[in-house]
Amino acid sequence: MLAIYKKELRSYFVSPIGYVYVALFLCVSSLLFTYTTLYSGTCEISVYYTILLYLFAVLIPLLTMRSLSEEKKSKTEQILLTSPVSLFSVIFAKYLAAFTMFAGTLLLSCLNFPVLYVYGEPNTAILFSTTLGILLIGSAFVAIGIFISACTENQLISALLTICAIAATLVLGVLANYVGFTPLRVVLKWISIFDRFYVFTYGYFDLVSLLYYISISVVFLFLTVRVYEKRRWA
Amino acid sequence: MIEINGITKRYGNKMAADNVTFTVNAGEIMGFLGPNGAGKSTTLNILTGFLSATEGSAKIDGIDIFEDPIAAKKKIGFLPEQPPLYLDMTVREYLNFVYELKNCRLDRKKHLKEICDVVKITDVADRVIRNLSKGYRQRVGIAQALIGNPPVLIFDEPTVGLDPKQIIEIRNLIKGLGKEHTIILSTHILSEVQAICDRIVVINKGKVVANEKTENIAHAVEGKRRMTYSICGPQNDVLKLIKSITGVTYAEVIGQRDGDSIAYMIESAENIDIRKPLFFALAEKRWPVIGMDVMGMDLEDVFLALIQDRSTKAKTGKGGKN
Repeated sequence: MLAIYKKELRSYFVSPIGYVYVALFLCVSSLLFTYTTLYSGTCEISVYYTILLYLFAVLIPLLTMRSLSEEKKSKTEQILLTSPVSLFSVIFAKYLAAFTMFAGTLLLSCLNFPVLYVYGEPNTAILFSTTLGILLIGSAFVAIGIFISACTENQLISALLTICAIAATLVLGVLANYVGFTPLRVVLKWISIFDRFYVFTYGYFDLVSLLYYISISVVFLFLTVRVYEKRRWA
Repeated sequence: MIEINGITKRYGNKMAADNVTFTVNAGEIMGFLGPNGAGKSTTLNILTGFLSATEGSAKIDGIDIFEDPIAAKKKIGFLPEQPPLYLDMTVREYLNFVYELKNCRLDRKKHLKEICDVVKITDVADRVIRNLSKGYRQRVGIAQALIGNPPVLIFDEPTVGLDPKQIIEIRNLIKGLGKEHTIILSTHILSEVQAICDRIVVINKGKVVANEKTENIAHAVEGKRRMTYSICGPQNDVLKLIKSITGVTYAEVIGQRDGDSIAYMIESAENIDIRKPLFFALAEKRWPVIGMDVMGMDLEDVFLALIQDRSTKAKTGKGGKN
């Protein structure tokens, strides 16, 4: 498993994609950070992260679009699937590599936060809990992206579908507010990835939300395994 | 070493493999032969755990690939039809990756160096795979299969798309590997099998139609005996004489050979040796035989015969040879 993880991480940096991702993420997040906190004269980072979440719809597919689709297209998956490694560890290694890229870049972008202490008195607990929330949401999005890349051998389709899927989960929560029919609204809110994020922006460490995001990641990784199993048995 | 028992793979209504059964003994090189689309790759993909089977079992060294896939896969080195190479890696990086992927416990430097030497890729070790020629890529694919020194090697059409010199090199390489490994070599090139395999399994339309030692494969089909004779004498009279011999089913003039002799092609029924009566008959007429050649059935004929045999026999309900 470690071998695949290392290979994946390496592949982000032998092609331009890893650099593009890191550069784009840091550039956009820094700009966003400057406008939402420093220019607005506030230490609140919830607006910053909320907008950033929407940008994930474009950023995360960069990490996951080729993960499994490329292996399928170039037939290199054969060596992974015929080597003495379990199917889950192959997929988990892929997920972990993409998540490492995501988390690493996110933590790098957190280097912006100390600036807040110079100009104001931010709540450290909120900084931590919100970042944790973002990490968890990112994990779920990465898992969704990995799942979609397993379903196609075309990188472009994989990327587009992932954009749609992530955008849909984000919009769902917003849309829910306009639904008059209460039971439906409750259900939509429950599914909405966005909605559970607000707990973290109040500085809470919410176990239920934590489990919710982890479950989503696990479910999509499990579904990815099923995609491969199904192909094997087809 | 390898036991395949009743492997069946169904895609909807299409039978990609139909009750495929054979065993390969330790140290054997088995040729797995069949026309394109016969089910060779499907069978091998099942054997290596890449695909599952609808029915049947496959055992490598006594370990069932479906029950304990990880242990079974450890015993196999597999070169798929298209070598699974990461084009953006150098050969060295790639081999190191495979070494780690297979969780090897051998001395890494020594092991990889040995493999590079065996398949002769030491000089390209630091080149990016994308820039390698087809022949070298194939070798890297073989090198990958050798990592971890698995007792069983499975090569799926290893010489497709190579030039004749490379083909010979790869064949010699495989032959050399056969001394220490059990090998399945899938191919549709007949001479290849004849050159290096101990045993041949022929598959057609998903079914095994022959499973014989290489030297016995010709007997798997009852064929006519075919001979060419060069005889000095008047063409029409000689031909008439040949046809009058009991057992001759067919004779024709192939053409003028050296000097005044004429070449004839003669076919006789099975189990009848026409050579002696023909000799005496010609001697009586004082028409000397300058040359004679018994044409054994070559693999190509056997192969075609087997494939046709199967379909005709299936119709008459006799079933195929096994």
